[in-house]
Amino acid sequence: MRTLTEKRYRSARVASEAVPEALAEADRGKGAEIGRLEGDEPVARDTVSPRPTRDTARHAQAHESAIKHVTGRARYIDDLPAPGDTLHAMVGLSEVAHGRVVRLDLDAVRAMPGVVDVITTQHIPGHRDIGPVFPGDPMFADEEVSYVGQPLFAVAATSYLEARRAVKAAVVEIEPLPPRFDPVAAAEAGEFVRPTHRQVSGDWEQALEHAPHVLEAAQFVGGQEHFYLEGQACLVVPSEDEGVIVHTSNQHPSETQKLVAEVLDIPFHAVTVENRRMGGGFGGKETQAAPWACVAALLARRTGRAVRLRLPRGDDTRATGKRHPFHNRYRLGFDDDGVILGGDITLIGDCGHSPDLSEAVVDRAMFHADNAYSLGAARVTGHRARTHTASNTAFRGFGGPQGMMIAELAMDDIARHVGQDPLTVRKRNLYRSGRDTTHYGQQVDQHPLMVEIIERLERSSDYWQRRDEITAFNRESAVIKRGLALTPVKFGISFTAKHLNQAGALLHVYTDGSVMINHGGTEMGQGLHTKICQVVARELGLDFDSVRISATRTDKVPNTSPTAASSGADLNGMAARDAAAQIRQRLLDFAAEHYRLDREGLRLVDGELVSGVGDVHQRVAWGDLVQAAYLGRISLSATGFYATPLIHYDRDTGQGRPFYYFAYGAAVSEVRIDTLSGEYRVERVDILHDVGDSLNPAIDLGQVEGGFIQGMGWLTSEELKWNDDGRLLTDGPATYKIPTFGDLPPIFNVELLEGHPNSQASIYRSKAVGEPPFMLGISVWSALRDALSSLTGYRASPSLDTPATPERVLMAAEALRAAQANAGDPR
Amino acid sequence: MIEFFLNGQRRRLAAAPDTSILELLRGPLAQHGTKEGCASGDCGACTVAIARPDDGAMAYHTLNACITPAHQLQGAHLVTVEGLARGDALHPAQASMVACHGSQCGFCTPGIVMSLFALHEQQRALPRQELDDHRLEAVLGGNLCRCTGYRPIRDAARSMGERTDTRPPWAEDPAFEQVVRDLFPTVAGEDQTGYLTPTTLAELIATMQRHPEARLVAGATDLWLEITQRLARFDAVIDLRQVEELRRIEEVADGWWVGAAVTYREWEPLLKTHYPAFAHLLTRLGSEQIRNRATVGGNIANASPIGDTPPVLLTLDATLRLAGPHGIREIPLESFFLDYKQTALAPGECIAAIFLPRPGDGYEQRVWKLSKRREDDISTLLGAFRWRLQDGTLRDVRVAYGGMAAIPLRVTAVEAALEGKAPDEESFGAARRALHQSLTPMSDARGSRDYRATAAANLLERWRLTLAHADLEEPTQEVTLDAYAD
Repeated sequence: MRTLTEKRYRSARVASEAVPEALAEADRGKGAEIGRLEGDEPVARDTVSPRPTRDTARHAQAHESAIKHVTGRARYIDDLPAPGDTLHAMVGLSEVAHGRVVRLDLDAVRAMPGVVDVITTQHIPGHRDIGPVFPGDPMFADEEVSYVGQPLFAVAATSYLEARRAVKAAVVEIEPLPPRFDPVAAAEAGEFVRPTHRQVSGDWEQALEHAPHVLEAAQFVGGQEHFYLEGQACLVVPSEDEGVIVHTSNQHPSETQKLVAEVLDIPFHAVTVENRRMGGGFGGKETQAAPWACVAALLARRTGRAVRLRLPRGDDTRATGKRHPFHNRYRLGFDDDGVILGGDITLIGDCGHSPDLSEAVVDRAMFHADNAYSLGAARVTGHRARTHTASNTAFRGFGGPQGMMIAELAMDDIARHVGQDPLTVRKRNLYRSGRDTTHYGQQVDQHPLMVEIIERLERSSDYWQRRDEITAFNRESAVIKRGLALTPVKFGISFTAKHLNQAGALLHVYTDGSVMINHGGTEMGQGLHTKICQVVARELGLDFDSVRISATRTDKVPNTSPTAASSGADLNGMAARDAAAQIRQRLLDFAAEHYRLDREGLRLVDGELVSGVGDVHQRVAWGDLVQAAYLGRISLSATGFYATPLIHYDRDTGQGRPFYYFAYGAAVSEVRIDTLSGEYRVERVDILHDVGDSLNPAIDLGQVEGGFIQGMGWLTSEELKWNDDGRLLTDGPATYKIPTFGDLPPIFNVELLEGHPNSQASIYRSKAVGEPPFMLGISVWSALRDALSSLTGYRASPSLDTPATPERVLMAAEALRAAQANAGDPR
Repeated sequence: MIEFFLNGQRRRLAAAPDTSILELLRGPLAQHGTKEGCASGDCGACTVAIARPDDGAMAYHTLNACITPAHQLQGAHLVTVEGLARGDALHPAQASMVACHGSQCGFCTPGIVMSLFALHEQQRALPRQELDDHRLEAVLGGNLCRCTGYRPIRDAARSMGERTDTRPPWAEDPAFEQVVRDLFPTVAGEDQTGYLTPTTLAELIATMQRHPEARLVAGATDLWLEITQRLARFDAVIDLRQVEELRRIEEVADGWWVGAAVTYREWEPLLKTHYPAFAHLLTRLGSEQIRNRATVGGNIANASPIGDTPPVLLTLDATLRLAGPHGIREIPLESFFLDYKQTALAPGECIAAIFLPRPGDGYEQRVWKLSKRREDDISTLLGAFRWRLQDGTLRDVRVAYGGMAAIPLRVTAVEAALEGKAPDEESFGAARRALHQSLTPMSDARGSRDYRATAAANLLERWRLTLAHADLEEPTQEVTLDAYAD
């Protein structure tokens, strides 16, 4: 039996399952039926023989590259074979945050061993500004630099080390200008990368005026380095015409194609961008992978040689943008039960030096300033402050997490104020019938799901019993304090830029019956390719191994959207399904005529064409059907397309339905803190998360767990620190601490909510899962505040900016103790 | 020339003295399975396993290929992710990672598989050793994964032992170990490449005199960052790992002379028996990959203000044996650190051994390290305390801190405030005041000056509470999360 992929795995499985007789029968009859000489046509002699599968689209299929991952055979950009004379590029970065370039003397660089070419902005034939959406990102700084780490020039040398050493030889003089690092001061001075946007629902001023209680508070929410394990990397090979082939670790191949073409001043069709997989993306390779491809492409065209560019970790961390830090403020009115009546929320996103994606990032923060709660009559304002740091960019959640933090800050504060458990106040504020419209005018669909998730989690995690235990413990324990918190997540799914909500796919069936699917999405570990293969296999009644994805390539599926906004499977799954459905239609139409079968009863099941109803079945093996269709001159290739329906948003009025649907989830976290040192541990986490009808429960569970831990890291140990000159001090894993093995909570109960398909017609009624679980990590931060609050007998709500490092936790504890001492309370 | 085995195959290669194993693998050997994530020994993506015949049984332990000198492969068997599967049959470490959905983007996976492989080998050698969560944390704490959140990796580690024990081809060959033992000297001769491997202390001193410009290297876990991060070039390197006197632990009547090139891994059993608080610190020092390589001599010679072991050794009244062209001298560790990264080493001198005094009756010790992350992080602050109680008063008090000054420092004013006093609030209040007057820490990426000052004082309070709660069954659980079993 011929196999398509991993022989051992497939044959082992086949050996363990009886080969169905019908299949074996079909195998035997094949050659004779076609009746031709071997090798006279491009028709396969041995066809694919899929094994029967059940529910191909929904089972916990392992990642399509899992075996390649564990054997080291999975290739990343720097592993790709390249011509022997391939050059290595390196980029010279600014050491100054803001200033005028007085001298950029690269003679010494040119003279360094191995150097073949050196380029600056003067050498760019086409566009010098490579801003992805709005201008503002010069490929190389020209007269002015605006952050430490900004590219000034690039070299190509015969080895990686030579290129790195050559860069150091540059003589750069920059006359410093006053830098700005404080986004609040920038906002007050009107220094914005994009105009301020507002969303208003109802008379918020009146609501505040008449509310029995009004609270206000401010918070700082820190940024986050993506820390993808594979850094920014590309390999560019010049093509025989004026173009290039770009291999790049990249979430947005089409945009990179556009920017490379514009930089080189050549048509888009001269640039092919390809990506097989990324060693992590998380948003950091959505816009910020393109500059390196542009640099390498220019060097490749100038030298006529292939060029590799791989940023050393420190350069990567300094040169590329991060998750936006935010300064948030709320002023909210509420009743005696803690139910919000209305108020005013201001979000200031620290965008760095240029717009990049900040318009949409701050929009999404605004869309999520309510999280799962009705804000009543509210105004939400979003500012995009310009500072002299790298341009902050997409990162899992895309502003949503930063926006949600203000809602969760308010929930805890209000609960302490009215003397209720924070969970009680959270539940009272959830969207419900009669209070089901957001501050931007979208009706919240499926809001009862949120209530159900919270109530189930309350029970399964023994929330109330543990609450009593913890309160009793804290009364007795002087130094160690425990904290507990349940926080919900409601996350809107769709790109808020409407035009991005489209996808394409290209499906080929070859004459051996093997299937190739290409689509616009990229694989960064999230299992998108696995899910897409499952979709196609299900539509064509095949097993998983019969379907393969080669790579994401701009010459196969054009004009694609970034793999972002959790939309990869939603959009590309639908496009792939569209392509597969067309092929199925054609094959069934053909079969009805060719085999003289009743078209109505025809279907593709378990690798066979099956006809008839009840017991009267006729079966044709998939491979035979495909060969017959080929000989019958039926096209076995199709393109698929999908555009999300129903969504719209009017930025003039700040109202609309930006999201096709919402994904829901909730988490309960318990922490234990040491109030003398600020150290803490997350002891137990319970999660229940909604993915609709899961496309692949194993992959979805991986997204939920991985998202939670990444979100927890963002709010706890991952601290970005700059010095007074704007130089990032935490520029590598020695100083920037992402969660490691020991940060995994000892008790970690994670479940997918079952039995609740998406109310919208998404791919098989599943829901997007990439980003929403990230924000479950907020429960850890809230639990830390809960533990600290016990120092005041749960009467005060501590200020706890993020990341809540041991330092911040200790300083918060010290502040609470000092306040207690001043108030004469000995507790 | 470096002669070694790679996944059972004999190799012979030339390399410059400042080449790393990772450069060798991804360059001339064209083995791309081992990844570079950070080139600083912090992420574990480049984890490989190595066994040397001179380590006794061919025990495989992990290291970070990015910061390990290629010349240290001499005579060794290097195992990489490419070497584990037998044909299509996956090694249990690999098979359980697939079955548990332990990879997402897959970039950290080869390193994780290699850490699991080394664990699997250790479990084979010691099948009764319990695989508890602490052991798993130690094994995997040096492998960052940004995708999975680690739960499936934990499951893979736990279930790996239940799988069919498919071993790599070289492991199935009973003669292989002997082949490695027979074929290669573990020491290269004096080599034109500039990688020098003296085998005795006298030879080392002579080599240092001939090559005054040469850098001394043992574990290379810090030194090699000068190459990968700052692009330094080393034309001459003197490897200390073959110097017999530097690799042994010598027991004498009143303590132990620990060779400067003894690794933390090799030192750990001694500390576990005699200095449990110190041994506990090792679980939070670097990662398994680092502890397999790094040496206490390096930690001292490096003279970093945030090195983990110097404050502890200061409270133990440790002595250093320095060797140089004029012979051997012994000095108290306390007089070794002069100023930021300045030591008492004379030109041509090196640390030969550290004297660890035998713990006297009634002596107690606590070591508390504060860092942003529990595992594989550098101290923001470290406090080490040692004392004995006599008639209800503190005696022989030693207090030292790291991260609070330009050098690791004993704080004699704090010691004086407590010496001969009852461990009560009054004496500890005086100790805290003395601390504030003695030390003015700095602000950096790891913590602010305020935090360091506050936390350092609070560690004294934690110490007081530990003493006050000494009659409780598990006193540490009342006052600190950082409990250890002793």
